[in-house]
Amino acid sequence: MTIHQGIEISGLSHAVRGAEILAPTNLKLPAGRITALIGPNGAGKSTLSRLIARIEPPVTGRVLVNGLDVATTSTDRLARELAFLGQHSWLASRLRVRELVAFGRWPHCKGRPGPADRAAVDRALAEFGLLPIAGRFLDTLSGGQAQRAHLAMTAAQETPWLILDEPLNNLDLAHARALMAHLARLRDGGGSILVVLHDLNFAAGWADHVVAMKDGRIVAEGTPADVLTAPALSSLYETEICVGEHQGRPLVLHHL
Amino acid sequence: MRAGHLWVLSATALGLLAAASLMVGAARIAPGDPMAALVLGVSRIPRTLAAILTGAALAVAGVVMQQIVRNRFVEPATAGTPEASAAGLLAVTLIAPDAPIWLKMAVAALAALGGAALFAALIRRLPPREVFLVPLAGIALAGVIGAGVTLVGWQADLMQYISIWLMSGEFSGVIAGRYEFLWIAGAAALLAWFAADRFAILALGPDAATALGLSPVAVMRLGLVVVALVTAMVVVTVGMLPFVGLIVPNLVARVMGDNLRATLPVVAMTGAVLVLGFDLLGRIVIHPYEIPAGTILGAAGAVAFLWLLWRGDRDAR
Amino acid sequence: MRARILLLTGLLVLVSALWLFQGLGPNRDFVLGLRLGKLAALLLVAVSVGVATILFQTVAQNRILTPAIMGFDALYLLIQSLLVASLGTAAFASLPAGSKFAAETLVMAAVAVALFGALLGQARGDSIGRTILTGVILGILFRSGATLVGRMLDPNEYSIVQQVSFANFSRPATDTTAWAAAAALPAIAAALWLAPRFDVLALGRERAISLGLPHRPMVLGTLALVAVLTAVSTALVGPVALFGLIIAGFAHAIAPGARHLPLLIAAALIASVLLVGGQWAFERVLGQKATLSVVIDFAGGVFFLALLLKGKVR
Repeated sequence: MTIHQGIEISGLSHAVRGAEILAPTNLKLPAGRITALIGPNGAGKSTLSRLIARIEPPVTGRVLVNGLDVATTSTDRLARELAFLGQHSWLASRLRVRELVAFGRWPHCKGRPGPADRAAVDRALAEFGLLPIAGRFLDTLSGGQAQRAHLAMTAAQETPWLILDEPLNNLDLAHARALMAHLARLRDGGGSILVVLHDLNFAAGWADHVVAMKDGRIVAEGTPADVLTAPALSSLYETEICVGEHQGRPLVLHHL
Repeated sequence: MRAGHLWVLSATALGLLAAASLMVGAARIAPGDPMAALVLGVSRIPRTLAAILTGAALAVAGVVMQQIVRNRFVEPATAGTPEASAAGLLAVTLIAPDAPIWLKMAVAALAALGGAALFAALIRRLPPREVFLVPLAGIALAGVIGAGVTLVGWQADLMQYISIWLMSGEFSGVIAGRYEFLWIAGAAALLAWFAADRFAILALGPDAATALGLSPVAVMRLGLVVVALVTAMVVVTVGMLPFVGLIVPNLVARVMGDNLRATLPVVAMTGAVLVLGFDLLGRIVIHPYEIPAGTILGAAGAVAFLWLLWRGDRDAR
Repeated sequence: MRARILLLTGLLVLVSALWLFQGLGPNRDFVLGLRLGKLAALLLVAVSVGVATILFQTVAQNRILTPAIMGFDALYLLIQSLLVASLGTAAFASLPAGSKFAAETLVMAAVAVALFGALLGQARGDSIGRTILTGVILGILFRSGATLVGRMLDPNEYSIVQQVSFANFSRPATDTTAWAAAAALPAIAAALWLAPRFDVLALGRERAISLGLPHRPMVLGTLALVAVLTAVSTALVGPVALFGLIIAGFAHAIAPGARHLPLLIAAALIASVLLVGGQWAFERVLGQKATLSVVIDFAGGVFFLALLLKGKVR
């Protein structure tokens, strides 16, 4: 039996108190790519990403991540296969930036960090420009700095798959671009990424694969050029959207 | 103040207080006196150990509860856990008055576990992000369980015991043979230190904990067990001491943060300093009479809590 | 609304008659006199608690706070024990009941106005949770303080803890009833007379000011009234804990709307019916097997929790 690299979803659905959030879904996400998940509010993007990352326990259907069944594989094993960062990263505890990022190594070292773990933490801190503030408490940071600290923790996990739910929240445009460039470097090094994006132009500019969702269903899938077209987006968001072109990539114009 | 300073400070204070505690009491001891060894061995040393164990365990239990419910303003003593363990103790006293002491302790610990779990379940239904409602709900829950215990205790004519359990914990009754259950509370605190990283990760939120491969439910349960063991042993042996678990973790976190692996030993020592210090104070103020450490803590702790509420976030956030 | 008030009045007459005349026995004149004295004290307590709670909730713009939750009654106990501490036990005991009560009430009113005036002045929409928590902790502080001072005065007195913790409805301090009435009745009259202004005060600070109400003096004056009424009830029976919360809950259900006159009357009537009826049931029917105050603590606690869980903190 060959192990499929990538994420395979079959018959996955989700309901909260009888209300369907995610209709039964089949989906294959390729490994070694950046996949962007787009769609209007309430489309089920967050739910889908949380189900894949086993943050919500799946009720029906099956999710395989690199051949591991999310429902039956131990959560500890999965933490070495995929890292997840959700939207709400509010913290009650008082931690320094380095301490938070170091917790990303927990799945590997279980609290006994070795040289390799410390090196991974340093890499993640450097990658997100956090070295100058590594000793500061998170509650003294700006929203963007705190968001980067959480991203660095996820990066320090150094897993084959990275699943991010709207990671650009709170980031200014320089740091948003830097994050996407970081994801691209990860991909070039063989990593796989699923990222929920609100800003369509980041999807257009950086994603290899785009999945569009609406009302709990997947309505389109393909390369950015296939999915991010004026008619498709206009019907997806139910508002007039133009699509131009910039450096060979679609440029979505929706602000006028 | 640096983190290292806090280590040195709390260790020194603890040493000095322990020495003072061995020397202060109703009976005078002089070197060479044969009675001195007896007083020390039967009364002074057990009392000093009891105060240290109680303070350390309560402070650690406070940290654990704050981490698992992700709120700085709670502790077992103001969340109904002592009342729940008193309810268990009352029940076993009524149903099986001749039960061996270890069985009574076990029932008290189980009831405390139930109380702590009830609190954790209750606050999940509170409106999110209303940080001040969580401690309020705890105090209200404590009031309800406490009133229930009083109601039953009144009819069974057991009010004397109940006021000892729930109000003003004190160490004047501690002698060798009557405090050893506190070692279990100490062991539970040690267990918390071994699981320190797990609690710190749980405090990042259930999503983050799951993403790091931890089971939030399992860590939560472990935390509740620590909280219940500590609370039940303290309530039954010396009576409840309010605010230790609330004030100490907040003070330590202001200086050292919440990396529990590093902070828990300091938290434990500071808790021991606080309780031993107030016990000593209570022994001195109206010598040869005593004021319970819990009574002094109730007043001093409330002042400190108010300070945390109004000053605390200005520097910390 | 009128029908409900009449019904409540009828109920009150009924429970009062039961209290006075049921099972009088041979010594009727003596027993009747005793019962009348207790009835007067209980009614004073009930009306004071009911009116004080409604007034306080109006000032605090909040349905979950009561003077007792914010530590008013504990403050009275603390002041009482501080006075004993500063005068000495013997000197304090030799003071006439009236002047003792007057001194305590005056100090209490001054401290309460200063403290709670400042606290409520701080309360803005987003920090209401902190205001409530502060009040609750103040209550714990005053109670522990009263216990601490009590222990220092008399190390062997274990009953201090109980005095500080529970109301004693069975043996109200009837020797202070006359003085308490002299303080409470003018305060209650003032509350009823000011009722239309409370209607405006309840609209909130901005609207009250733009409608021409002198907001700050009104708030401070109301706090003074609440302090006097709480001093009355605490002097007579001790801390009533969550009794006020229960009464206010019922009163708002029976007299809904913005008008304070029916609300205050309803609160006073409900409190009287509950207290006299409850005490009758516990003393004569249940034979002192339980105490009313503990049952009130229990029921009030459940009600408080329910309000919190529903998020009704405003």
